[in-house]
Amino acid sequence: MKLQVRNLEKCFTDKGTYVNVLADINLDVYDGEFVSVIGPSGCGKTTLLNCISGLEEPDSGLINIEGEESQSRLGRVGYMPQKDLLFPWRTVLENALLGMEIRGHSRIESRKRAGELMERFGLDGFEYKTPSVLSGGMRQRVAFMRTLMTDQELIVLDEPFGALDAFTRHQMQEWLVDIWSSMGKTIILITHDVDEALLLSDRVIVLTARPASVKLVVNVGLPRPRRYRMVTDTAFIALKEQLIRALWSDEV
Amino acid sequence: MKPEAGFGVASRDIGRLVLYLIPPGIITSVFVIWELSVSLFDVPVWLLPAPSDILVEGKENYSLLWHHTLVTLKEVVFGFLVALGVGLVLAFCMVFSRAFERAVYPFIVASQTIPIIAIAPLLLIWVGYGITPKIIVVALISFFPIVVNTMDGFKAVDSDAMNMMRTFGASRWQIFPKLQLPNSLPYLFTGMKIAIVVSVIGAVIGEWVGASEGLGYLMTRSIPQFQTDRVFAAMFILSFLGIILFMLVIALRRVIVPWYQSEEYKS
Repeated sequence: MKLQVRNLEKCFTDKGTYVNVLADINLDVYDGEFVSVIGPSGCGKTTLLNCISGLEEPDSGLINIEGEESQSRLGRVGYMPQKDLLFPWRTVLENALLGMEIRGHSRIESRKRAGELMERFGLDGFEYKTPSVLSGGMRQRVAFMRTLMTDQELIVLDEPFGALDAFTRHQMQEWLVDIWSSMGKTIILITHDVDEALLLSDRVIVLTARPASVKLVVNVGLPRPRRYRMVTDTAFIALKEQLIRALWSDEV
Repeated sequence: MKPEAGFGVASRDIGRLVLYLIPPGIITSVFVIWELSVSLFDVPVWLLPAPSDILVEGKENYSLLWHHTLVTLKEVVFGFLVALGVGLVLAFCMVFSRAFERAVYPFIVASQTIPIIAIAPLLLIWVGYGITPKIIVVALISFFPIVVNTMDGFKAVDSDAMNMMRTFGASRWQIFPKLQLPNSLPYLFTGMKIAIVVSVIGAVIGEWVGASEGLGYLMTRSIPQFQTDRVFAAMFILSFLGIILFMLVIALRRVIVPWYQSEEYKS
């Protein structure tokens, strides 16, 4: 078991009034699993991610990583936000190495590993360029590399494809599944895109509107490797219908 | 399609050329009008010298002016460097200690509300007559924009970038050099651009209240003797000095913060 979340609750105070964001979230993520969390916008997905990664502390409940309850989760969970956050003063390679550098990996070793990965990330030839010359998809791949190259085995992704155009997004989704299956990481992906959740995940977790709790867990039994054209398969459509029903059942 | 595109390029080139010619064009026309008005209305030299009078004065007393220019330049450069050092250290300490910031910031602001012209003579009493009081006056004026801008730069870090660093497990001592410091450099240079120009004013004020050398001193000595052309020559040199130093700061920014330009173009 990689991650265990039990009875997680989180409130904010906004100008004196309590806003209940997370109400009793329970979640299990297994080693090497790809799990998507999907829910209406503003339901508290990002707050959940921030709690898991240790950026915020929950008001009550437990978060166990690898079976142990750790008070300080910062540094244990890899985190990839929607913005690529590449530093303009670093070259592409230096950006990709940032995480390893902070975690104290040897410089030579990291450079060697990065050099091997550049081609798989479609970045060879751009190592010593500044990020400003890269396309949106390439920038996002550098950001992935920065997160994936650390020794953190659990990685949370907060709508990483949200800012990309549809075509690039589909390319990146296929690319991410391939990379993930070869790297042995456990991934939690936050998204509001039902297709994306189904294409990438082993399981999809649907949250209710705020205050968020788990409404439905769907096992995606689709064969791998997944390809974008699968969105028209009957099995895919059946799953999609299930998810959309769960997502929109509160609406009149 | 093609001829249109060609025309577009040509007109853009002409547009750029016009942009380049605007500053020298304006300056030249101001001087021409000035020259003509002085000779037309027969204004005496001691009241308002014509640009040609100022030029002649500059040529005749070249070595005198040059000597005093070097003195002032030295005060400006040293004062500015002191301001840069003090400013950076203060900004660094304030960003690392909230208590230090709260204790020191009021004094930093207060230091700018005290008229420098009142402090300058006191400095003569305290530290004497040489170059030191001038350097202090220059530093006192020019450290302020450096501190304020650098502080803003340290603080103007994208909160998502800060969170990302924290999830890598980065300590404050890693976040500062890898994120806050480079992020603050464009702000620092904005502060330096302001500081270098006010440094020139600072040096003249420092000399004005008591000196034996420098362009400010030369002006205070020339005014009672109605050597107005010399006063103007000194003023022109000061402006020129300010512009050159300002451009040097911009050139330095291009070397140290090369990403700033490309980011600007992107947005």
